[in-house]
Amino acid sequence: MAANLPTQAQVQGGAGVTEPGITHDEHAHHDEHHEQSFLEKYIFSTDHKVIAKQFLITGIFWAIIGGTLSSLFRLQLGWPESTFEWLSPFLGKWIEAGKLNPEFYLALVTMHGTIMVFFVLTAGLSGTFSNFLIPLQIGARDMASGFMNMLSYWFFFLSSVVMFSSLFIETGPAAAGWTIYPPLSALPQAIPGSGAGQTLWLVSMALFIVSQLLGGVNYITTVINLRTQGMSMSKLPLTIWAFFLTAILGLLSFPVLFSAALLLIFDRSFGTSFFLSDIYIAGQALPNTGGSPILFQHLFWFLGHPEVYIVIMPAMGMVSEILATNARKPIFGYRAMIGSLLGISLLSFIVWAHHMFVTGMNPFLGSVFMFLTLIIAVPSAVKTFNWLATLWRGNIRFTTAMLFSIGFVSLFIAGGLTGIVLGNAALDIQMHNTYFVVAHFHLVMGSSAFFGLWAGVYHWFPKMFGRMMDEKLGYVHFWLTFLGVYLVFLPMHYVGIAGFPRRYYAWTGFDTFSQFADLNKFISAAAIIAFFAQFVFIFNFFYSIFRGRRATENPWNSTTLEWTTPVVPGHGNWPGAIPAVHRWPYDYSKPGAAEDFIPQHVPYSQTQSSNLPYEKEME
Amino acid sequence: MTTLGILLVLVLLLVVFGLLFRLQILTSIFSGSSAREVGVSNRVNAILFIIFLVVGGAAFAWSFIDNYDKMNPPIASVHGHATERMFWTTMIILGIVFTLTQILLFVYSYKYQHKEGRRAFFFPHNNKIEVIWTLIPAIVMAGLVFAGWKEWTRITGPAPKDAVVVEVMGKQFNWLVRYPGRDQKLGVVNYRLIDATNEFGFDLSDKNGVDDFVAPEIHVPKGHPVLLKIRSRDVLHAVYMPHFRVQMYAVPGMPTKFWFTPTKTTDEMRAQTGNPKFNYELACNQICGRGHFAMKLNIVVDEPDDYVAWFGQQKSFSEQNPDVLASFKQKSDKLAGNEAAAPEAAAVIPAAAKASL
Repeated sequence: MAANLPTQAQVQGGAGVTEPGITHDEHAHHDEHHEQSFLEKYIFSTDHKVIAKQFLITGIFWAIIGGTLSSLFRLQLGWPESTFEWLSPFLGKWIEAGKLNPEFYLALVTMHGTIMVFFVLTAGLSGTFSNFLIPLQIGARDMASGFMNMLSYWFFFLSSVVMFSSLFIETGPAAAGWTIYPPLSALPQAIPGSGAGQTLWLVSMALFIVSQLLGGVNYITTVINLRTQGMSMSKLPLTIWAFFLTAILGLLSFPVLFSAALLLIFDRSFGTSFFLSDIYIAGQALPNTGGSPILFQHLFWFLGHPEVYIVIMPAMGMVSEILATNARKPIFGYRAMIGSLLGISLLSFIVWAHHMFVTGMNPFLGSVFMFLTLIIAVPSAVKTFNWLATLWRGNIRFTTAMLFSIGFVSLFIAGGLTGIVLGNAALDIQMHNTYFVVAHFHLVMGSSAFFGLWAGVYHWFPKMFGRMMDEKLGYVHFWLTFLGVYLVFLPMHYVGIAGFPRRYYAWTGFDTFSQFADLNKFISAAAIIAFFAQFVFIFNFFYSIFRGRRATENPWNSTTLEWTTPVVPGHGNWPGAIPAVHRWPYDYSKPGAAEDFIPQHVPYSQTQSSNLPYEKEME
Repeated sequence: MTTLGILLVLVLLLVVFGLLFRLQILTSIFSGSSAREVGVSNRVNAILFIIFLVVGGAAFAWSFIDNYDKMNPPIASVHGHATERMFWTTMIILGIVFTLTQILLFVYSYKYQHKEGRRAFFFPHNNKIEVIWTLIPAIVMAGLVFAGWKEWTRITGPAPKDAVVVEVMGKQFNWLVRYPGRDQKLGVVNYRLIDATNEFGFDLSDKNGVDDFVAPEIHVPKGHPVLLKIRSRDVLHAVYMPHFRVQMYAVPGMPTKFWFTPTKTTDEMRAQTGNPKFNYELACNQICGRGHFAMKLNIVVDEPDDYVAWFGQQKSFSEQNPDVLASFKQKSDKLAGNEAAAPEAAAVIPAAAKASL
């Protein structure tokens, strides 16, 4: 069916099957003859670059919503005694006599989590850059199936519409936490958000999973089948390795979330008892027996844990690429970097129950998962050391993308280390569901993934839009955000060590949690300021699309294939033949070379002065 | 009017920022700095990283020390001391790694900033280094896993046979407490029997439940193992007792448990903290709805003698609710004799444990 689309046929050079290592350029010039309508070109486009921008801009929209929600609940947490009458024009009945409705507070944290994890850091990050970079960096004219790729975006769009509409319904959006543990999420009697809001949440998530699977199948197929001549797996940029493994993780884990959502829909609507048992609520004993709420958690976290790597691995890949480019140095330990990505991918499937140490799960199972969880720290440590070694004796240019990449490493260390505490079952007894956890994952997967996203946007913006983003505004954006993130999340650890529970509307009812009122004000103020600093980025982004300085083909003197395309690559990416690849992607500052970078498509025969002994025979 | 004024100020501020932004672009074009590949800002950013490291590091250290006393809820259980030691040992190890790596990151960023004419060192890989920094974290992790595993197994192992049994049941939005009575056996409950009076769903046709009593707060004796039996009757809740380093979910349809040994009475803790109003508190730590943030229960740790006395004063649920009892077709004459007898200390805290107190 995909082959019936005219654009698709051209993109693939008319061939249904494309062999790896064979350039398929003979039909490439066709696209110049074909005028596309606005609708085809910008809305229902099958061009991976346009789809990437669609993902990005939808992601930015969601990030603003998600950030706004967090500012609202930080207001409540910082100033629990205050009244927020001034918010009633926006929030309407959710402000009751000047106070934020506690159920709406829970809806805010639920939607903030859902939006940030799935809509921004999964779709907005991986959706944008997997789409944009995979064909460009492996030397393909487009994704394996441009049509499926288009469907992937439009399923995401549909899912977004459903989720967004749930914000405005009378009983409020889902409010059982982003992990939607039943029975709370199954019973509208328990919380109004578990009525229509939760239904929409589940429908939206089902559509989202379809989008992820369509995208994932495509990414994997493209990487395996459409690499240009000479682009062996061991010459792939680390970005592609990261996107490739991310797609595999998504493909294997999202269906399990789908099954969990489906069973929950059955429990909610058709009277089954997969997750419900022995419940007396709202003056009534429910007929359900025999279900297990813990079963849901196993299913949820079987996705949920790989999900955090789905979020962070694309960022890791892009940061590796940007660090090497701007330090003008090969990434240190290319193979170790791939190995650690593989290790993380594998391990990410067998650590999920560390979210469940204190759920009543068999303690022996807890021991096993503690062991597996702490192993995963090893590949993460290897990656960190390799990034540091990449900077060592480099010649660093601080582009905005580079600043965010260094920021990424800093935050990844800060947040990753506390995972070693939480992965220890004995210590998790005290720390589980406290602000220590909140601080941990906001640093390691929230902020650092966001930093990866920003780094990627600043770095590949010239290839996306043919213009540069403003560097000075970029610096302001980076420093405000970097400072803001640390000011918010470092003190949050103190609050967590003191045992403050998460998802609390206020701690004022407890003497045990009475000591950090000032610190919470401080955190809230820092969070809100850091949120407003993001508008510097948003201005810079949209301004630069239209008015930014014009870019050159390869503004960062980078080695990978996307920089061999025209300033604004057209449909099909390369006007002529697709370049063949001869070397790995990190030949920066090679001794004896004329310049401090040798692009991947330059054959060894042209660089005899810099070839290493084992490369001589490839001349 | 004020709103209008604020809006006006905001708009004017945005205009000023916009103008500054244009001005900055124009100057960079005229000064030619926009054409240079690496300009002055490279140096500025490098210096900012060092300032960030030094000032940020100092501020972090200061704020940590300043807040340290507020961070640790005083410990009141035997295993709490062990996990607390392990927590801070782990934190020290992590702190060292954190400090070293952040210093390297920012110092490298500063030291190896772009210099005209210098070329980066082509250093693509070194297997020896990779092996070293794979093995070191692996060894450290192995140590931490082993320590954690030992402690975890000890904490989650079976409770001593003589432990005092208390049942906590979570519901939206408070906790219910039940004691097994003198027979040390909790009676059968059934969620279908729950109503406004019979909140636990006592099935009083089970004899073990007849002497069970409910209490508005938890009382436990100091220095004696306590086995918490935990249930929920509606949605998930979690029993979280930060002073005792205790946490366990309350799951509808799946009873859970956690045992611990309190080491300080409430009065001792009041003296230690200098807070005469101090109370051990139990908080709900799993999102459960509107009242999640207010699901509090007080825990009182008594001297063993006080505990026995308190226990003796409690009246069983069946005694307080004779109509509920009557509704179960029980031979009430058989029970009457038992209820008259005063509870003996030996039955409240099992004999073996008494000796050890």
